Amino acid sequence: MRLALGAGAVIGVLAPAVGFFLVQRRQSLIGDGIGHVAFAGVAAGILLDVSPVLTALVAAVLGGVAIEVLRSRGGTAGDQALALVFYTGIAVGVVLVSTAGALNVDLFQYLFGSILTVTRTDLVVIATLGAVGLATVGLLYRALAAVVVDEEGARVAGVPIGGLNIAVAALAAVTVALSMRVVGILLVAALMVLPVSAAGRIAWSMRSAFLLALVIGLASSLVGITISYYADLPPGGTIVLVAAVVFGTAVAASAARGR
Amino acid sequence: MRVTPAVELDDVSFGYRPGQRVLEEVTLRLGEGEFVAVAGPNGGGKTTLVRLILGLERPADGRALLFGEPAHRFSRRRTLGYLAQRSELGGDAPATVREVVSAGRLAAGGLIGPMRRRDRELVAEAIGRVGLSERADAPLRTLSGGQQQRAFIAKALAGEPSLLVLDEPTTGVDAETQESLAALLDRLHSELGVTILYVSHEFGAVERFVQRLVLVRRTIVFDGSPQELPGVWHDPSHVHA
Repeated sequence: MRLALGAGAVIGVLAPAVGFFLVQRRQSLIGDGIGHVAFAGVAAGILLDVSPVLTALVAAVLGGVAIEVLRSRGGTAGDQALALVFYTGIAVGVVLVSTAGALNVDLFQYLFGSILTVTRTDLVVIATLGAVGLATVGLLYRALAAVVVDEEGARVAGVPIGGLNIAVAALAAVTVALSMRVVGILLVAALMVLPVSAAGRIAWSMRSAFLLALVIGLASSLVGITISYYADLPPGGTIVLVAAVVFGTAVAASAARGR
Repeated sequence: MRVTPAVELDDVSFGYRPGQRVLEEVTLRLGEGEFVAVAGPNGGGKTTLVRLILGLERPADGRALLFGEPAHRFSRRRTLGYLAQRSELGGDAPATVREVVSAGRLAAGGLIGPMRRRDRELVAEAIGRVGLSERADAPLRTLSGGQQQRAFIAKALAGEPSLLVLDEPTTGVDAETQESLAALLDRLHSELGVTILYVSHEFGAVERFVQRLVLVRRTIVFDGSPQELPGVWHDPSHVHA
């Protein structure tokens, strides 16, 4: 349980920290797309008998960067290229998993999370990469926030927008890969989006929205894991449902204040 | 000695697709410290002209220079201030005026780490110049349309620009606010000596402030002082004809 809470705490903070910049730029579903690609990575790991987390990490980073490159082209062609990457990821995953004969419980722990089976080694990997991810977000916060405020103005002033966007895509990919054991590939995007959306309803500045999102993500994760442990519910789904309740409460609070 | 213009377009033509020309044989020079309005009908090529001037597009023919350098390879981009058409924040984040204006110091102040004291001072100064000091910590979305545009002008000023380009800065705001923004730009031009390029589909609000008016309809159809403008051109419908 302590290992689960430790892993949940790291992901609870990291997912909204990275998701914040996706949501503010109306790219909430990018995390979902990266999850599709990560699924192909998990399947490759199972087939090749190497760590699925490692292969998912590689696939997610490559997929995340590819998605960003395609998205930056914009227009219909870019949109269709994104759909191609998403669905090809799922299709490759299904074919590889089927070939490996692994359509079973092992696969489900990556799809829906299995935080209570997190080992000490898993926690060390999650904590280390999570710390690197959070430190990167911390260092780049001002630049990423400036791109949220006015991307075109920043581009004109010579800010390397392409590099920053790829950094966000890579961070999102690392977050997805690390979150697989906590909330699962299918629900990770929710933990990147819901705390951020909730925070945006009640915050009074961009910085307060960012920090509130981290607090909501952390609280949703810890409360969700605790409830799931005592009520014998799936942790991933419970965490996301807690975040959804917080979001609903924030919407109601915002409406009550007439904003 | 020849003084290097801030902006120099020589026989520039451009199209987004082969065989199509959005702009044709445009020649334009803006001296440092000028306050120039570029007007023309929607679809007449104004925004494309801005993109060529800022080096976001490369001419199909001719050349575009910024302070003597090819615009697309301009080395001092941090000295460019740009206000896009009716700038709007994305997402839900309730960015404050100070946070919006701080974004304007990014290129000059460095990408990594917190802002330095000097950057914070310049941000406060820019907010003061547009008259928003008392609303500095208010979320942008609680401000009127005109105040929001002032905040974005302050953001552009925070980078201490040599060239300030405003693309349709008054879209969606009422006539009184347009006048007020134009007067603000005139004051900033006098105080800071910054070169200002004001692009709009109509020029009534800035006509009495600018030294030069340029009318664009695929090519430049008028370039002179507003007083020299033939009376018939004051009717915006003529520009659209």
